[in-house]
Amino acid sequence: MKRFSLQDSDHAFVHEIELSDFIGGFRDCYTCGTCTAGCPVHRVNKDYDPLKIMRMLVLGFREELLKGNMIWLCSDCYTCQENCPMEVRITDIINHLKNLATREKNVPLGVSTQKKLLKEQGKIYIIDEFDNKKRAKVGLPALPELAEAAKALLQERE
Amino acid sequence: MEYGLFLGCTIPARSRNYELAARAVASRLGVELIDIEEFSCCGFPLEASDERGALLLAAMNLCIAEERGVDICVLCSACASMLTKTAYHLDHDRKLRDQINQELVKIGKDYKGRAQVKHFARILLEDVGLERIRKQVKRDLKGLKVATHYGCHYLKPSYIYEDFDDPQDPKTLEIILEAVGATNVQYRRKKDCCGGPVLLSDEQVALSVAEEKLKQVRDVGADCMNLVCPFCSLMFDANQKGIEANSGNEFNLPVLYLPQIMGLAFGFSRKELGLNLNSVSTKELESAFEG
Repeated sequence: MKRFSLQDSDHAFVHEIELSDFIGGFRDCYTCGTCTAGCPVHRVNKDYDPLKIMRMLVLGFREELLKGNMIWLCSDCYTCQENCPMEVRITDIINHLKNLATREKNVPLGVSTQKKLLKEQGKIYIIDEFDNKKRAKVGLPALPELAEAAKALLQERE
Repeated sequence: MEYGLFLGCTIPARSRNYELAARAVASRLGVELIDIEEFSCCGFPLEASDERGALLLAAMNLCIAEERGVDICVLCSACASMLTKTAYHLDHDRKLRDQINQELVKIGKDYKGRAQVKHFARILLEDVGLERIRKQVKRDLKGLKVATHYGCHYLKPSYIYEDFDDPQDPKTLEIILEAVGATNVQYRRKKDCCGGPVLLSDEQVALSVAEEKLKQVRDVGADCMNLVCPFCSLMFDANQKGIEANSGNEFNLPVLYLPQIMGLAFGFSRKELGLNLNSVSTKELESAFEG
């Protein structure tokens, strides 16, 4: 495994997240490991480790966090956050890190595709004529093909 | 009892069985579900890549319900969590609400915080009540052993959900099952995730998470699984055959939505509940309760 150097710590990065009202309390972590112990993804893939993410964040390893794959293995299940004795909002923090990684172009194709679809359609799946026929056949009401207001709302977003 | 029905993206396109069963059960219980064409994506799929965009979409949907003067009934747990979380933040953070409203004004919306968001199962428990549910039971489900998968976003994050259930020891879905006469079976790792959200970044990891759970449910001899979210259903029902092929395990485990099980007890037919649209066949299970 690659050795990290504390000289690479990005303090501005840590400070910026720390200032956030909502997810800023991560320094309270006393590394008990309850997060990792309960994590369903860790159970099947030991490379994924929420405690490591929390420590890397406290130590300011911005590059490793935002350029790596680890944060994208989080299943957003909130088990770690619910179990944390210090009430660190671990899942919400990891979600925010995913947003920062997206800005650095480190984003899985599936996630960026959904983003693109929403900008174009306002919903993930278009409901076309064929879908509405299938819906009608079982007695379900027809739905519009696209979500126009949502499209308009997202239009100017990056 | 009247609610705006929030279907989201996945249910109308991919989970018509859930929609059919929920509408059937709601109508039998006197819950009026109003279709609102303007509703769009809840915002959840944007949360990992554009959290502000996700918040905007969710807020827009909340505004649409407000304008119609209805509370929202949600079938998908991811939609429920996205909409509830957004309402929570906008109601607790005045600055954030002002920022979001500045953007919503472009499409003629203004969030005021008047519409409540509730998952369908929560409506059944809190607004309909067990007594009315029990009264509709026409078929005895005794002996049907059901393993409930709560999923994550139905309960969590708990700070948004006003303690309506306990994520460390959830009970609400099993209370409803008990009311319609099914037998709840317990299994290890009941609270674990289906793996669904990882599907977009690492399919193998996602399917392994689902496989762990299927093994636990099979090992306690459950007749079927019970759930309330189309993503969880995708993982356990639609992907079950693939997981079997990959891992050499055999499950052959029917996976039903809560209203499909309730609908069986209420005497609805297979087609009325969309059971013919489930991936893993439910025929054997149904035949035990025919006649």
